[in-house]
This record gives sequence, C-alpha cells and structure tokens, in this order.
Amino acid sequence: MNKEINLKTLLVKKPLKLDCGKTINNFPIAYETYGTLNEKKDNAILVFHALTGDQFVAGLNPVTNKDGWWSYAVGPNKSIDTNKYFVICSNVIGGCLGSFGPSHKDPDTQKVFGTNFPVITINDMVNAQYNLIDHFGIDKLFSIVGGSMGGMQVLQFISNYPDKAKTVIPIACTSSHSAQNIAFNELGRQAIAADSNWNDGNYNTKNTIPNKGLAVARMAAHITYLSKKGLQEKFGRKLQEREDLKFGFDADFQIESYLRYQGSVFVDRFDANSYLYITRAMDYFDLAKQFNGNLSDAFKDTNAKFFVISFTSDWLYPTQENKDIVIALNAIGADVGFVEIESDKGHDSFLLDVPEFLNALKNFLDKSYATV
Amino acid sequence: MKNEFKVIADLVEKNTRVLDVGCADGVLMEFLRDNKNIDIRGLEISKNKVQKCIEKGLTVIEGNAEFDLKQFPDKSFDYVVLSQTLQAFLNPELVINELLRVGKKAIVTIPNFGYWKVRLHLLLKGTMPVTETLPDQWYNTPNLHMCTIKDFVYFVRSRNFKIFKSLALNEKNTSLINNKNLEIKNLFSDLGIFLIEK
Repeated sequence: MNKEINLKTLLVKKPLKLDCGKTINNFPIAYETYGTLNEKKDNAILVFHALTGDQFVAGLNPVTNKDGWWSYAVGPNKSIDTNKYFVICSNVIGGCLGSFGPSHKDPDTQKVFGTNFPVITINDMVNAQYNLIDHFGIDKLFSIVGGSMGGMQVLQFISNYPDKAKTVIPIACTSSHSAQNIAFNELGRQAIAADSNWNDGNYNTKNTIPNKGLAVARMAAHITYLSKKGLQEKFGRKLQEREDLKFGFDADFQIESYLRYQGSVFVDRFDANSYLYITRAMDYFDLAKQFNGNLSDAFKDTNAKFFVISFTSDWLYPTQENKDIVIALNAIGADVGFVEIESDKGHDSFLLDVPEFLNALKNFLDKSYATV
Repeated sequence: MKNEFKVIADLVEKNTRVLDVGCADGVLMEFLRDNKNIDIRGLEISKNKVQKCIEKGLTVIEGNAEFDLKQFPDKSFDYVVLSQTLQAFLNPELVINELLRVGKKAIVTIPNFGYWKVRLHLLLKGTMPVTETLPDQWYNTPNLHMCTIKDFVYFVRSRNFKIFKSLALNEKNTSLINNKNLEIKNLFSDLGIFLIEK
C-alpha cells in the first residue's frame, strides 16, 4: 500500500461542506482516466467504484500489479469502450489510494487522522468527485456508471446534478441500505475494532496494522458477494491439499483456504480505517429519506435515460431493491430500462465475465451514444 | 413486419407515448419509434427478448404484466398495446383493467377462437385446434383463457368500456367489425384488433 507510485491527483481548493457538518478544503482526489476526451467533450463516462475499489478501473493496477477491478467491462473494445469513450474514475474520499482519507495527516495537528477523520457519506463522495467534471471542463457526461456502492453514487450523483449526465446506469445496488447490509458491515467493523492492533484507529502511531481484524472483515464480506450455488459448485466439500480431514483447525477445506487467502491479500492493499469509513457511508445511504420518503422526487428534475441492472443470484442487493429504483422512476414517467441478468456468481457478477451483462451494458451505451 | 402490427401502427397517432406490453423482440416498438416519432416503452417477461430490445436501443423493462403494470401511474401513456397475449394471463380481466388505467386508450389484439378453421378442426378432428395463429398443442400452449371476437366484444360491452374501433383480420384483409357483421367476422377472421377506453 505504501509503494511509491505516482498517483494522479486533483487538489480541490473549493471548500466542501460535509453532511456531518464539517467543511473540508484543499483536499486531494486521486483519479485515473482512460481513452481520449473528444473535442465536443461529449464522450465522457464517470465510473464510480464499490467499497474496496479504486481509481484503477482498467488496465494494470500499478499498486497491486493486477488487472484493474473492472477489466472485464472497461477497456479497448470492451463494454465501456475506451477507444470510443473517455473514462474517468476516482478514489472516493475516505478511501486509501490517494484521495483524502483517514490515513492522511490532519493539517491542523499534523497527525494522521485515524478515526478523527470526519464521517463521510455517499453524498459527500459524489460532491467531491463533481470537481473532476469541472476540472476537465465537461458540461455534461455521456454516462455515469457503477455497481454496488458505485451504483449508490450513481443515484446520488444524478439526484444532485440532474442535468450533468445523459445516461445513468446503476448496477446491483439499492436506494437505501437494508438492515441486512448494515448488519454485515457492522460485523466487519467490529472485527477490525476487536483487533488489539487497531488501537482505536491510531495504529499508525505504533507502526502496526489490524490485519487480522481487517482480514476477518474481508472474509465475511467476501461470502456475501458470492452465491450459495456458486460456492457449492466451485468448492463443495473439496479438501485443501490433503487426502482426509486432519481433526484440527487448519484449513481442511478449500473454501477455508480460499477465504484466508482473500483476507490476507486484502490487508496488503486496504486501510482498516478506510474500511470503517466507507462501510459507514454505505450504511448511512438512504436516498428516499433525503426526499421525505419519496424516492421519485430524487429524480424529478432529470431527463436522463436510466438503465438499471440486477443479477438473479445477488442476495446482497437483490433484484427487488433494484426494481424499487425502476418503480420510482416509472412513477414519474422517466426513461428507464431494466434487466435482471441470469448468473450464479452472486453480487460479484457485475465484476466478472458474465457475457449477457457485458453485452447489455455495451449495447445500451453504444445505442444511446448514437441517439441521445 | 406482420400485418397485425401495421394495423396497430395505423391506430396510433404520431408523437404520442406508448407502452407495448409483452413487446417481445421490439419489432412494433422499433417501427413506432422510427416512423411515428413515438416515445415508446416496452414490458417483456423473457430475458432473451429484453436483450434483443436493448440491442435495438429500445427502452424495455423486464417484468410480468400481471404484477408489474401497477408501477405505472394512471393515464401515463396515450396508448397501451397488448398483442395476442391476453389469453395467456391468469387473470385477463385484471390485466385489461390495468391497461385501461395506465393508458388513456388500449389496443388489444386477440387470436379468434371463433375462426372457422378453429371450429372445423374441433368439429371434424375432435382434437384441440392447432392453427397458424394458435400453433401449440393443448399440453404446451401458454394460452389459458381463449376467447372469440364475439366473447371479447360482449365482455367489453358488459364492463361499459368504450370501443373506438374494432377490426377483423384474416390472412390478408382488414375490415371493420360492427353490430351487423359481428357473426360473420367472428367466423371468418383469425384475429381481432380493438381500440378501447375506460
């Protein structure tokens, strides 16, 4: 995580009033772009990342040396075709890959924020990212796209800036974080807090990392991104490099070994305090509440064309929660399409090679670009 | 494009808002969008067909007309189209009521079970009729509530819906249905097309 890599950042000078009441200014937003902004500046797509994503949406991520998190969907000739579109993706505030977050120093005290960082919301995240649109001199984005927490940002963005995007694609998300999702996030936060290395968030002062707690948080969350059927088909009761059970607590089963691995690689790239802040932002997200319980009112000022996508085996952000967005849009006669993609890959489907999803995304974007 | 869709398209005024319920792969939608400047939406239950519509750049919502029409506000479309699907619903009356709530007008087409070929098939062969319009066997047909043109006209009258236009189609010809020729049209048409309002 602390490798010396030159991250592109925009220093936002304009003060940003956060939902918690505090105001921040002179804060960095780390971002990456792909493709070329055309002369008319009408081919820009803003991609929002999910909980543990970052600005490296495609190509090679220089921090992890792995493919960008949405390489199946974004790149030359892919669904979000970077030969055609100019893709912008930034690290959310509260994150840990260059944008203003809890691992930064508080300019007033010159100490690392830790849990003194202000609690941020999805609304704060999109208001911060809006500065990038100004930075590139883009009057109207061709599209805003994101899955999971990225989808929540999509909804919040178009609600805040109704005339700043022509097409809007929320994927596998919700307009209001459910009790179940809050519960899972709380489980992750408590796992981090239970690690004595966490030290109330001040682990940097002791040069330690609550890597055990963060790994458990990731393991638990990872299960929620998959489906029962997908897990059963991939792992079943297969044993990990052994002929028989060992009557101990080592990873006998492949699924155990897999989860441990997922936990261990995650702590190398993600900051525990960022995990607390971003999950909190997700839990606080309730777009309908911002409009006195009427979700339709969140979208009443936009003429954008919406395309909502869900997945059959996603039990974290199930189809019904995505359909609630469609229903709210239909209630005001908005231009909205909806498809539920058949997949047994769970919530993670939007990140994976699911051809029907990738085709639908490509067709919607390319056809819309020709007409809107 | 099939004759039925041409007749439907003629019933729709230009520059209006239309919902195509059970829009399949969007052939009618595409025609209405491109030729009559219609603000067109579709509702379709089949995932494959929804994908076909997306390929054509059409706005389609995956859903089931029996449950998903309720999300549309009253009179939010100038026309709601239902082509040869009414007989496949568990509760056709409920769907008709929904069509007439969501649309200012509804265009409903029905395969006519009173068509002479259908009657003759049952009369002579003694088995459930299989025709071009009704190609499935009794055990695999999606159709649950077959009716005749006459049944549908009686139903619409009994509910005091207004009929603006009733048209009868056989293979090539389109003709108007009226009180005087109802028996004849019911015998010689394989499809009925109705423009109705509540």
